[in-house]
Amino acid sequence: MSSAHDDRAAAAPSLLSVRSLGVGLGEVELVRGVSFEMAKGERIGLIGESGSGKSVTSLALMGLLPDGLRASGEVRLNGFGHNIVDAPDRAVRGLRGDRVSMVFQEPLTALNPLMRVGAQVAEVIRIHGKAAGRAQAAQKAVQMLDAVKLPDPAEAAKAYPHQLSGGQRQRVMLAMALANNPELLICDEPTTALDVTVQRQVLDLVGESVKERGTGLLFITHDLAVVANTCERVMVMHQGLVVESGTTEEVFTRPTHAYTRALLAASDLEATDENGRLFTVVSARDYTPPASDEEHAKAQMVRLAERSADRLALEETESLAAAHEEQVIEVKELRRTYTRGRTSLFSLPGTVDALKGISFSVAPGERLGIVGESGSGKTTLLRILAGLDRPSSGSVTVAGNQVAGARESELRELRQQLQIVFQDPMGSLDPRMRVLDIITEPLLVPGQALNAAQRRGLAEKMVEAVGLPVSALERFPHQFSGGQRQRISIARALICRPQVLVADEPVSALDVSVRAQVLNLLADLVDDYALTLVFVSHDLAVVRHLCDRVIVMHAGSIVEEGPTEQIYTAPQHPYTQQLVASSMNLREEILARHA
Amino acid sequence: MLIRTFVNLARFVVSFVVASVLVFIVMRAVPGDPAQIAAGENATPELVEQMRREFGTDRPLIVQYWDWFSGLVTGNFGTSYVTRTELTGQIVDRVQVSLILVALAIIVALIVAIPAGTFAAVRHRDASGAVVSALSQLGIAIPGFLLGVLLVAVFSLRLGWFPSNGWVPPAEGVGAFLSRVTLPVMALAGVQAAILTRYVRSAVLEVMGEDYLRTARAKGLSPLQALLKHGLRNAAIPVITVTSVQLAALIIGAVVIERVFVIPGLGSFLLDSVGNRDMIAVQSVVMVLVGITLLINLLVDVLYTVLDPRIRQRTNA
Repeated sequence: MSSAHDDRAAAAPSLLSVRSLGVGLGEVELVRGVSFEMAKGERIGLIGESGSGKSVTSLALMGLLPDGLRASGEVRLNGFGHNIVDAPDRAVRGLRGDRVSMVFQEPLTALNPLMRVGAQVAEVIRIHGKAAGRAQAAQKAVQMLDAVKLPDPAEAAKAYPHQLSGGQRQRVMLAMALANNPELLICDEPTTALDVTVQRQVLDLVGESVKERGTGLLFITHDLAVVANTCERVMVMHQGLVVESGTTEEVFTRPTHAYTRALLAASDLEATDENGRLFTVVSARDYTPPASDEEHAKAQMVRLAERSADRLALEETESLAAAHEEQVIEVKELRRTYTRGRTSLFSLPGTVDALKGISFSVAPGERLGIVGESGSGKTTLLRILAGLDRPSSGSVTVAGNQVAGARESELRELRQQLQIVFQDPMGSLDPRMRVLDIITEPLLVPGQALNAAQRRGLAEKMVEAVGLPVSALERFPHQFSGGQRQRISIARALICRPQVLVADEPVSALDVSVRAQVLNLLADLVDDYALTLVFVSHDLAVVRHLCDRVIVMHAGSIVEEGPTEQIYTAPQHPYTQQLVASSMNLREEILARHA
Repeated sequence: MLIRTFVNLARFVVSFVVASVLVFIVMRAVPGDPAQIAAGENATPELVEQMRREFGTDRPLIVQYWDWFSGLVTGNFGTSYVTRTELTGQIVDRVQVSLILVALAIIVALIVAIPAGTFAAVRHRDASGAVVSALSQLGIAIPGFLLGVLLVAVFSLRLGWFPSNGWVPPAEGVGAFLSRVTLPVMALAGVQAAILTRYVRSAVLEVMGEDYLRTARAKGLSPLQALLKHGLRNAAIPVITVTSVQLAALIIGAVVIERVFVIPGLGSFLLDSVGNRDMIAVQSVVMVLVGITLLINLLVDVLYTVLDPRIRQRTNA
């Protein structure tokens, strides 16, 4: 494979040549010695975790580093006389948006909120003089919006960014980037902020567009499966260095660098060690990377299939057993309707049905996954379960407490029995409180007669249980990394020994290698403390690894419910089928490349 | 959009009525009977009683209120207790003077503050940007009347370029009007320009960190083009909010400057009326100020909807 690639690289003229590119902030080097060649029309993936320097590298290629950052080394684009790193801005400006363009991560903030999207696309055409006059630019913009498959492009051109969905906004960004038919397209995590199904559509669109136009693609992401799907070649960045590069197949099946191996191990939610836990950076040595040659891959797939069959059988017996027990959570005909602001003087204000009468129950010790995209109603459901919002109708019982319609004082018992771990570990911890105070705060409710020493004792035990040193208690949240902060959240949630732990996307803000550790910790604690777990996520692979049973939510209703493996291997509802088909899996993507 | 306008108008009316009731009650609660004051310390009780009948203050409060309020909305402010003259003409004259002064001052302040604040933001890492920031900080600390006195000392006493005081309406001669209005407007605008420069600077700085400015650069615009084309309109919204608050404060704050330059504005009229215990005049002037402030808020809200499609959308879905 690699020799075939080399032949092609030699045949195709080089588009971009990067030699010992470095980026520094004062004395600190953020990126060091990045060198690579990109052939015309080649698609390269740049993988790394947050802080690895991948975004800074991409901005340096555009000559768009923020104030205070300085680039060194050499970046040459075929046919451009200067080195982009030290060329005057006036010269590089001619390239940007014309020969080299970029799509950013968050399409809402990347578009000007006060300007119609058609005008924003037309602008890039006009800047580079690719249209004779306003009218022609506007017309070309509509054509571009059509090319990125926006429905009704002429109408869409008149919309403001806030009137479009996340996926549509990212299509607008792509239309803008492709408007002048660039030779190089840089995408910085373009699908990370999008829902699973939309993510797949946008990704496919990017892939198709660059292949059709022969555009070179530099695709920056932390998601290995996305790279396996889209790119021919991969570079792995770690702490400002490219630690490994090669063809996608080589790197993902025969990683040579320890970090690549660790990243693969931690990303692979289908591989588990003998205790059924995910591989982490620490245990990556024992991990077997996915295979690309068919025999090996088949063997691996068969093993996985067997395991899933085992789980399926186990789940069935478990769910039979569970049916006889008292349920911890009972939700019946739950509805929540929000009233919108009035839009007309004469008609009634509009309403939004966030939950349209859903019912389900959770048995003690069960691990229930709730899967759904933004707007599916999963957050509303969680808020009601935790007594943070009131349902419009229906009943919710958690550990014997009626939640619906309960007054605040009556919810105290509920809060002892049900605790939440939130998505954003930074925003959900009070920055001015010491970790000790954060963790012991749930113990301060009336009825918990504990003195300070007892509370400290409990806090020490909890901190150790979540794998942090006791000295962490004296520090403040900002002194910890994202993963550590999520551990603090978990300790805070568990200190009053709840029966039910609700986790709302607890790992989606975390890096891949940290994600595996936090998931393992959750699994350990659920076992040790005999917790009932309700795990909310948009990430099907994570839910598949952790949960016994899954509820799939869509537009305020439960569209499908059942044992995890059954839902994943044989989804019945069209929406679930679409969801499963959209989610990408590293092993399958690698195999698909080979085929 | 329609709904929003309707809600705003309703809010305007309700606020105005509530304010009139409050002002009326507060004025009655202030010790001192206007009839007693008008009749003099040594007047006989009969004379005072006669005064009360003349002023109408012997009638029930609710009747007095209605009399005053209905006059207010029809533009008839009544007769002063002290000077026994019609208030309407005086107030209208003085409102014109104050509005001209304040409007010119805020325009001058914005003309200075927008470029200065933008410059300070763009050059916030350089010495030149820091100098502008420091100057605006200093400007905030200099009271308007002091600036007024300084301006008079330099430009009229020493250089003799402008008269040191007085007022000529623009209709009676533009040249004379301009020469007399320049110094007070500069004195009023000085502090406002300094304050607004700070807000423009912070609004532009914030916008400069936005993703869409990076997008604009990635399209091939120069940093300045990106800022002018995509940044300033976004930065305008917080600046407009502050400007409207400043404008309301300025109308009342102009009183000191009016004193320094002997200008017959609303502020000095209010001060005189308070000194004379001319309750009906104080009451009416305060309500005119309330009305102007509410009108400014109404206009600013319309401006928001014009500038920001998201606000338009929220009520127009």
